[in-house]
Amino acid sequence: MSSGQLFNVVTFGYFAAMVLFIGFLATRSVVVAKLGNLCAYIGFVVQTFAIGLRWYETYQVPGANGYAPMSNLYESVVFFSWTILLIYIMIDLKYKYRAVGAFVLPFAFLAMAWAQLGLNDAIAPLVPALQSNWLTYHVITCFLGYAAFAVACGVSIMYLIKVRKQKNAGDGSSPAGGIVGLFPSAKILDDLNYKAIMIGFPLLSLGIITGAAWANYAWGTYWSWDPKETWSLIVWFIYAAFLHARITRGWAGRRAAFLSIIGFAATIFCYLGVNLLLAGLHSYGS
Amino acid sequence: MSTKQRGVPSSIWEFFCSLKLTIFSLISLAVTSIIGTVLQQNLTRKQYLAVFSKDTYEFLNDLQFFDMYHSWWFIGLLVLFCINLTCCSIKRFPRVWRIVHHPNVTPTEQQLKAFSNADERLVKGDIKTVAEKMGNFLAENFAAAKVFEKDGITYLYAEKRKYARFGVYVTHLSILVIFLGAIIGNIYGFKGYVNIPEGGSVSQIWLRNVEAPLPLGFDVHCDDFSVSFYGDSQRPKEFRSVLSIVDGGEVKIDHRPTVVNDPLSYKGLTFYQSSYGPAGAGAVAIKVKVRGEDKADAFTLQRGETAELPGGDRVKVVDCTATFRNFGPAAQLAVTSRDGERQIVTVFKNFAKFDEQRNGKYIFTLVDFNQLYYTGLQVTKDPGVMVVWLGCTMLILGCLVAFFISHQRMWVVISEQKDKVGVRFVGTSHRNQPAFELYFDELKYKFRDALSQD
Repeated sequence: MSSGQLFNVVTFGYFAAMVLFIGFLATRSVVVAKLGNLCAYIGFVVQTFAIGLRWYETYQVPGANGYAPMSNLYESVVFFSWTILLIYIMIDLKYKYRAVGAFVLPFAFLAMAWAQLGLNDAIAPLVPALQSNWLTYHVITCFLGYAAFAVACGVSIMYLIKVRKQKNAGDGSSPAGGIVGLFPSAKILDDLNYKAIMIGFPLLSLGIITGAAWANYAWGTYWSWDPKETWSLIVWFIYAAFLHARITRGWAGRRAAFLSIIGFAATIFCYLGVNLLLAGLHSYGS
Repeated sequence: MSTKQRGVPSSIWEFFCSLKLTIFSLISLAVTSIIGTVLQQNLTRKQYLAVFSKDTYEFLNDLQFFDMYHSWWFIGLLVLFCINLTCCSIKRFPRVWRIVHHPNVTPTEQQLKAFSNADERLVKGDIKTVAEKMGNFLAENFAAAKVFEKDGITYLYAEKRKYARFGVYVTHLSILVIFLGAIIGNIYGFKGYVNIPEGGSVSQIWLRNVEAPLPLGFDVHCDDFSVSFYGDSQRPKEFRSVLSIVDGGEVKIDHRPTVVNDPLSYKGLTFYQSSYGPAGAGAVAIKVKVRGEDKADAFTLQRGETAELPGGDRVKVVDCTATFRNFGPAAQLAVTSRDGERQIVTVFKNFAKFDEQRNGKYIFTLVDFNQLYYTGLQVTKDPGVMVVWLGCTMLILGCLVAFFISHQRMWVVISEQKDKVGVRFVGTSHRNQPAFELYFDELKYKFRDALSQD
């Protein structure tokens, strides 16, 4: 058994969970939602084990010293989907809003599918620049932050659908029908969005700081306006604007939800777009 | 203050204090920052002219788009952002200071009615015993209370985690501290580089864009440099310089291995392993045997050097390298016979029998290859960096306090109501109201229990 095979199981698990959650929106059957959650939870446990197994496998390569499996694009995408599930499970345990799964699991499934089908999963020992404990701290904090933003983005989309439906239905108090009826109330969605970003923002800040500390330790420059650094700062600016927007009259609600979605789009660009489209320091060792 | 009465200075002040300005400056910073990630920064004029027409180049150059993070308008936005957060903090801070240090311990009837978390009871007994009971209740379930009296009414006031109010100001201040660190680094720091050949030493370094070298005041000696690879692959495993520092004739640091991610620091300067290259021509040790004979001659030759062979022919080292494809050390030799006939021979250190199969007059073997390297070190001094880390720590702690800790306050107001005692219990939290509501609802039951006990 290899970690690669287990990751295939995980991909299937998240796919099943996603389909079941969407099925839940259609059927409103609590059993379907519970099955979806079961798939998601099992997938998460298997993924946790598989990441551990891959960590072990890095030690088995001849001549290699082993490393935390977060150093190339494949490993980071796998880790990203793991962090999304981690944040999702935390929210699920606390709030139990089942409809949220339908808007969060697709991100985790797409990440796993892309990693398994489109990315090179070879275990390559680390080049000198990556041989640092800062790598682990940097990646863990960044991706936990990214995952919180992914959840916030999913919740913001739900919020926008909800308020639009309520507006169309006339006054805000009438129960919106159909799928939207299963959503938590707009107030709760707005609050969840805020809570997710409250978790994500310090983590992103810490991710930027650990990256700066690492750069300073490896090159003697904590900030060099490299495109990756700059984009992480752009993301930071957007979420800082979000946090202030919520307490500004006229900016709470819809505009804040839009900022959250734009913030996540910038996050994804920072994570992938910079590497795939722009030149810079973070080449994922390719 | 109404809009009509507002003078020019105060409306300027209000402008710099406004949250709309905060959102504007944050979004402007986010949007403009994109430019420098799309346009490559700080290339030469010639490189830009290869991409842009002269007019476009001049236009973008006038806008300082080619060094935008140091342009007047980007720095201007950062300054605006700093002024805004300073003004916001100054405006709001005195009120928060008052709440923390001079809380309203005796709220008026009107103020009491405004609390959404409230409970009220009428009980028998006298104010003193009820106040005692309530003091115990607060101390047991929340925090020790202070007792106040005003106009025959007794007030108990208790609070928790009042420092949480300062989280946001610590966060704001942290950004100014980080900028301060960056400014210190820009004024008092520098970045330079130096190349040292193996066995050599230097006492000065070169700064970027500066002609004259900068004397260090001590010597940096490179004892050794090596590159290692993973197995037979080309994937580098380690770049390693062994450095010593001699200051005033005394060895201060002796044979310190310096690798990427583990720099060497001395007297405020830090040396980072950053590049390497060959220093001088490589040298090879070769053995030559005439086919059929047992005796072998050994030579040590530099690249380009020639030696005479036993039969009067000559051999020259044309080229040599530490890694030829994946075959390891190799040398290219030119053998010239006495009548001028020239033949090229390639030998590998890892394949000793290789040249035997050539069936030539001579059998060459490459015993060893030796290439001296220079190590390229980046040298930096940045006295602002600790200030930056201080700012970063404040940023994280400030955020955590501001987001996750709330200042909670509770009052118990006890007054005479005809022949009974009226007890009012109110509470508030400066953030995260929903969670506080649940907490307060639970406390209500305990409050009632405490009152009904004798």
